[in-house]
Amino acid sequence: MQLTTKQRTRVDWFLTFLRVVALALIGAGLLAFIAQAINSENPFAQWANPDAISLTGKQFRDLVIAGLAQGAMYGLIALGYSMVYGVLGFINFAHGEVFMIGAVTGAITSSKLAEAGHWESNFVLCLLLVVILSMAVCTITAVIMERVAYRPLRGKPRLIPLITSIGVSFFLQNFILVLLGPGTKSYPKMPDWLTEKRTFLEIQGTRMLVLVVAAMAMAGLWYLVERTKTGKAMRAVAEDAEIASLMGIDVNRIIVKTFAVGGAMAGVAGILWGLLFNSVLHTAGFLPGIKAFSAAVVGGIGNLGGSMAGGLTIGVAESLGPLMILEPLGVSGPSQLRDAVAFAVLIIVLLVRPSGIFGERLPSEERT
Amino acid sequence: MTVTGEFPTAQSALPAAARRRRLLDQDWQKLVRAGAILAFGQVFIALSGMPVTFDRRLLIDPILSLGYLSLLWLPLVVGYWVGREQVLEGMTAYARGGRDAMAGAVAGLLGNAGLTLLVVGITHFDIRDPLVNWSPQLLEILEFGESVWLGALIWPVIGAGTGALGGGMHWASSRISRTTVIVLLSVFGTAVLESVITDLTQGFHIEAVSDWLYGPKRGLTYPAAIVVAVAAAGVMTGLAAFRDSSARAAEAARGERATTVGGSGATRPRWRRIPTRRLVNLVLAVAAIVVLPLFLGRLTNELLANVGLFILLALGLNIIVGLAGILDLGYVAFFAVGGYSVAVLTSPGSPRFDAEIPWFGALFVAMLLAGLAGLFIGAPVIRMRGDYLAIVTLGFGEIIRVLLLSDWLSGTFNGAQGITNIPGVEVFGLATVRGFEPRSVLYLVLVFCAIAVYVSWRLENSRIGRAWMAIREDESVAEAMGVDTVSAKLMAFVTGAVLGSFSGAILSAKVGSIFPHSFAIIVSIVILVVVIFGGMGNIAGVIAGAVVLIGVLGGPNQPGLLQEFAEYKILIYGALLVWMMLQRSEGLIPSARRARELHVDEMNQDAWLRAQVVADDVANEGGNREKGRP
Repeated sequence: MQLTTKQRTRVDWFLTFLRVVALALIGAGLLAFIAQAINSENPFAQWANPDAISLTGKQFRDLVIAGLAQGAMYGLIALGYSMVYGVLGFINFAHGEVFMIGAVTGAITSSKLAEAGHWESNFVLCLLLVVILSMAVCTITAVIMERVAYRPLRGKPRLIPLITSIGVSFFLQNFILVLLGPGTKSYPKMPDWLTEKRTFLEIQGTRMLVLVVAAMAMAGLWYLVERTKTGKAMRAVAEDAEIASLMGIDVNRIIVKTFAVGGAMAGVAGILWGLLFNSVLHTAGFLPGIKAFSAAVVGGIGNLGGSMAGGLTIGVAESLGPLMILEPLGVSGPSQLRDAVAFAVLIIVLLVRPSGIFGERLPSEERT
Repeated sequence: MTVTGEFPTAQSALPAAARRRRLLDQDWQKLVRAGAILAFGQVFIALSGMPVTFDRRLLIDPILSLGYLSLLWLPLVVGYWVGREQVLEGMTAYARGGRDAMAGAVAGLLGNAGLTLLVVGITHFDIRDPLVNWSPQLLEILEFGESVWLGALIWPVIGAGTGALGGGMHWASSRISRTTVIVLLSVFGTAVLESVITDLTQGFHIEAVSDWLYGPKRGLTYPAAIVVAVAAAGVMTGLAAFRDSSARAAEAARGERATTVGGSGATRPRWRRIPTRRLVNLVLAVAAIVVLPLFLGRLTNELLANVGLFILLALGLNIIVGLAGILDLGYVAFFAVGGYSVAVLTSPGSPRFDAEIPWFGALFVAMLLAGLAGLFIGAPVIRMRGDYLAIVTLGFGEIIRVLLLSDWLSGTFNGAQGITNIPGVEVFGLATVRGFEPRSVLYLVLVFCAIAVYVSWRLENSRIGRAWMAIREDESVAEAMGVDTVSAKLMAFVTGAVLGSFSGAILSAKVGSIFPHSFAIIVSIVILVVVIFGGMGNIAGVIAGAVVLIGVLGGPNQPGLLQEFAEYKILIYGALLVWMMLQRSEGLIPSARRARELHVDEMNQDAWLRAQVVADDVANEGGNREKGRP
């Protein structure tokens, strides 16, 4: 006897239809792109868009590297979403603003350092100082946020902290706006030895630096979570907060630490943003925040390695997708649709595989 | 005392002679913490530039500007907060007294010392580079245009005074403190409503009243403020006396009615079940709303039309968020669908369609398209977890904006240039609604608001409405009870979408042009704040929320009464959202059912505590009886 019979309703058919259409569009775009790459006179290549031109190998590589660098940044932000989701089971919508505060802190301190003349002469030391300061500011922001806005709401229905975090997000954005004014805050000029293209792959130095910093931060986080006692406690709380507290773990403390670590990662990501784009606005945190959330979902929320991988996926998809899928399909001005592509990736992943590519690790009450 | 009897409440559990605490018997740690929070808040407000920006707006002519008010309200609130003491059931409470005022004073003193530091800091350092408001103008306001010393010393004194006032509110009886609050609010309200009141008096040709109320530089005059305060106090006292007597009368009447009327109400037609007094009030209110715009000037009508647009939007979102409990963060998408379909179909300037369809025809198409959009956005997300759903709908909202802005679809939507030259509304040859006649727009908005209110009201009490509420409370249980959750949720999306498209359609006819940037994410968020602030799931609450927030602060692109708030609007909306969630998640005017859902834990706890108290009482009584036995 079958206890649960899952009936396929019309909505299910519609969903299947959407899945098929989405995958078919992606497939068609990719096939057309490949056909172009093989031979641009190929009739299949010109099927939808006769003017489409394929990418040269060099362009392709540059796009991939740019996507990876941005993706590493998204991945670092995604870690914060993922850790908080793993421990508390809610989406901290305001995490993107913590990242923005990190980027703004970096812009202010680095331009002060440049005024004093240290930036050019002692770049590595200055960068280290800026990163540490930004991490500190972001950690403090995240901890205060937890204390003021989220702790009183623990145990409430899950949508309530989510709505609160939306409020926090817009508050922080405008907090920076009214304190620092609406102008862009720019980073000082990077030293020449960094910006020129070098090494055998001819990667721009800043992108290389971004990847290296992200890898270092990721390694540090991995060590913290997998090899230290705090990390063990975090994993225990993520697994089951109640049992963890019975085992003598101070759950409140661990939650604060989780926010702190997530904030620190967002601080690093903020500096990476500065290195990549050289200027920052008070609204800079919103879209990267949502993309990073997408990255966390794509990688399987609650799964730290997955978040980084998801970030890289989103970054690359965002930089290649418009040119590889949309342009061959005949969409004009595809690069304007970057943000739409990032959201589409989220929607498609949730439609096709809601638990993410690498599988999610959820707090206990979610699994039941 | 029996278990089934009246439970003792916190008030009645107070011992008859509560001990009075001495002035210095304080929780110093709490005071220092409150002081630190206050100091941070005050310095932030000062550095955010509010005092400087608002200084132009006078509230009471020579003495109080909105700028100074922005620095005065926080000590009052913090003073009230530190003076408060949680009274737990069954615990000994202290008599309220001077100690509460003292606590407020200390916190205010410590907190405003932050401003002293700021004054000293601005005179000695210059960090205007990152902090744009670290300016001489701010210093001038902080030192009252006098000397640094005055500024540095007077702020802690002011803080102590306002803090003591806030803390002292506990000292006074609840009636006095409520009257004080109402008096302050009505003076503030009269000052804020200046443009509306001036407009009204002009409409009724009694300009003398507003000329007397308001000084030449805007703001209430000195005597007018006093008269308003006295009048408010008088009304409050009168009302209280009236309520007392009518409560006594009702109490007496209730006993009689309970035996005679019984359950006969259920057989009467629906509209007859509304009490006559409410019906009369309703008719009066409708009459006032219909007649009033005739006497109002352009500015006020324009303002009310904006409020009405947001009432429409909020009522639509209320169906999705408030009734069905689906957190839709991309509601602006439906607003955009309504606006753009009307714009494309009616405007001669739209790139794709040359045919100019009349507005009502276009509205019909817009409703259809919005319904389809609701289905199309709703169907993929309907099975997702609540929080994923929120972010994905946000994504849809953003995708629609990006698409409207893109070159790809500029053949239809004209990209960033938007669509201009949208004609007004021809109402069947009877009248024409045009953007430059705010009164006609207001009437159009009112008609649609009435439709939306009626639809929401009927839906709420219908089969589908009950299904929505069941889903909101517990989806699995609702499903087990035989509710088709998927189609009910889709229905909520579609209904909400159609209501949202009305608002978009009116907007494009009102403004006459439409641009993608009017449909940013922040619009969704503001509508959400309106719904939550007013009270999720409650029509009256949602309308009140829209009137208060959009009317006073303004919408994302529309100015409100306090135009000075333009750059601080979103900051305040964000803070308000957090505060509402922390303190009063059921909203200003809660729907009874929603409030119960949100406070299940507390109510369980209260019930448990009461049961404990009763059990203790029973045990004590039993014990006494045993002891009393010879």
